[in-house]
Amino acid sequence: MPANPKADQGFLLALRRWATRYCPWVGLEGADGLTLDITGSAHLFGDETAMLADMHHRLKRAGIAVRIGLGISRGSAWALAHYGTTSAPNDMQTALAALPVAALRIERKTDVALQRLGLRTIGDLTATERAPLARRFGPELLLRLDQATGVQSEDINPLKAPPHYAVRMSFPEPIGLCADVMAGVERLLVKLCEQLALDGVGARTLLLSLRRVDRDTQEVELRLARALHDAHRILPLFQRGIDTVDAGFGIDQLRLMAIQVEKQPVQQINHVSSGSKDQFDDLLTRLGARIGLENIQRFLPADSHIPERSFIRAPAAFSSPNDAWTHAQPRPIRLFPPEPITGDGSQPPPRFRWRRMTLTTGRATGPERIAPEWWMADENWRSGLRDYWRVETQQGRRLWLFYTPQNPGWFVHGEFA
Amino acid sequence: MQPKPLICFPLATSRVHEACGANAFKFAAISGAQNHTRVLWVRQAWQSDILHPIGLLPYYDPSKTLLAQVKNQVEGLTVMEEALRDGSVSLVIIELDQPINLTVGRRLQLAAKTGKTTGLCIIPEGMGSNAAETRWQCDPMFDPERADSTLMCWRLIKNKSGTLCDWYVRWDATKSNPADRIVVVSPPGE
Repeated sequence: MPANPKADQGFLLALRRWATRYCPWVGLEGADGLTLDITGSAHLFGDETAMLADMHHRLKRAGIAVRIGLGISRGSAWALAHYGTTSAPNDMQTALAALPVAALRIERKTDVALQRLGLRTIGDLTATERAPLARRFGPELLLRLDQATGVQSEDINPLKAPPHYAVRMSFPEPIGLCADVMAGVERLLVKLCEQLALDGVGARTLLLSLRRVDRDTQEVELRLARALHDAHRILPLFQRGIDTVDAGFGIDQLRLMAIQVEKQPVQQINHVSSGSKDQFDDLLTRLGARIGLENIQRFLPADSHIPERSFIRAPAAFSSPNDAWTHAQPRPIRLFPPEPITGDGSQPPPRFRWRRMTLTTGRATGPERIAPEWWMADENWRSGLRDYWRVETQQGRRLWLFYTPQNPGWFVHGEFA
Repeated sequence: MQPKPLICFPLATSRVHEACGANAFKFAAISGAQNHTRVLWVRQAWQSDILHPIGLLPYYDPSKTLLAQVKNQVEGLTVMEEALRDGSVSLVIIELDQPINLTVGRRLQLAAKTGKTTGLCIIPEGMGSNAAETRWQCDPMFDPERADSTLMCWRLIKNKSGTLCDWYVRWDATKSNPADRIVVVSPPGE
């Protein structure tokens, strides 16, 4: 299985969150470790040994193999976790002295040089004069040594808990009317939006859980077309979702959570257009709730001569308009998958049949040669170069025909109408 | 003889109109060019032909078009009704493949009236609804005089508030004023 560092990181963060059950100060150690500062919290589990046993037990049950080092300082704990025994040692100093110098978190080069000098263990190193060591290897080695023995203190940087945007409300009596639920949601929204506005973020996806008296939970998800933290704008958008909720014997708890939030910097409002823009975003949200927010798209220009790839369709809620359209040659309004017609030679056929119509070429403009993009493997462009002709037929239809000189054949690709 | 001036176009707002014929797409694009800030184009996702934004470029800026991809016609009509009623999209275009009944047609009319917006249904020939305000049959014409011509024949085949008429129309993208871009000409060959 290929390595997936991102997933590993995610797992480590989850484990970090779990580890806060032992102490509040938990930091990440490199890409594969956690550091816990258990000062003052070990007695909650009995003592250090009991705490270690508890950790081992729980992690083993979860199927996670770990190495845990317990030390007087961050350095010694690291050394014991990587090179020592996993159980808590009785005498920290002797346990540390027996470890190899690599346990000091030093560079590989320094490690090899120390080995050559015959200084193989931490015990050897502490017994040596400090001044020559500092002269030879620099202050880094002694700092690491002092950090391991606890002479020099070292901090743990606990990660900040990610902000959690959720509010809830319990009712003394179950409610069932739509208007009541909306009133409840309004109160929750006002509280949630205050919190969001304070942090300068807006909700993109909201989840409303309605707990019924029979312990069943109904959920209403709302995906917004734009990050918002205005309660009065979000509330009407919930109406449609709440209408579909089955209240059963009544609802006794509401919980509103912003699942996905986005930075929403404060913007200068414009007296001309901001009102209609807001209204339009709300329309997008409502339509998105019906047909999916991804299915409302806008056209963005793309840099390609291939007609199908000269534009992209991006979800309107996640993109901003770009009107840098360039066109050297006219293009049809409608493109079809190429439809073969009979014709030979490189000039457009004077008469041809297309979609059961007999058409006579009145005027043909071309050719415009478009070469396939060799850096993109496209099934449709296997036939090679295309010479495009704009053909105006006597019958009126204006078609976009192409001829493939490398693989002779005529096709209709679009219509200018 | 001077050709008759165009009536009923630009399409009346707060109403829903219909267009059919081979040039219905071009008619829709020209309607989109008439002072609309946003255009919503509702299409069914299974359709194999694609709307090419660069093809819309001679008529109006394609970046003001939004495309709604829907599963079926019923979903498309719901989207259209909602958008018409809201009023923030001034023109809603839908491609229909089945006839709609009077109830549906009336609902769309009421939605357009509430939102003061314009709706346009591109319909297959002969599948019009009685609720439509106007129905246009748009056919391309061959123009023997000019190359790259956009000559077409617009037949007003249903009009709730006036008479029926035919026009021969050409689109002139070089004019700056959108109203001047539609040039009504005499029938070819006269």
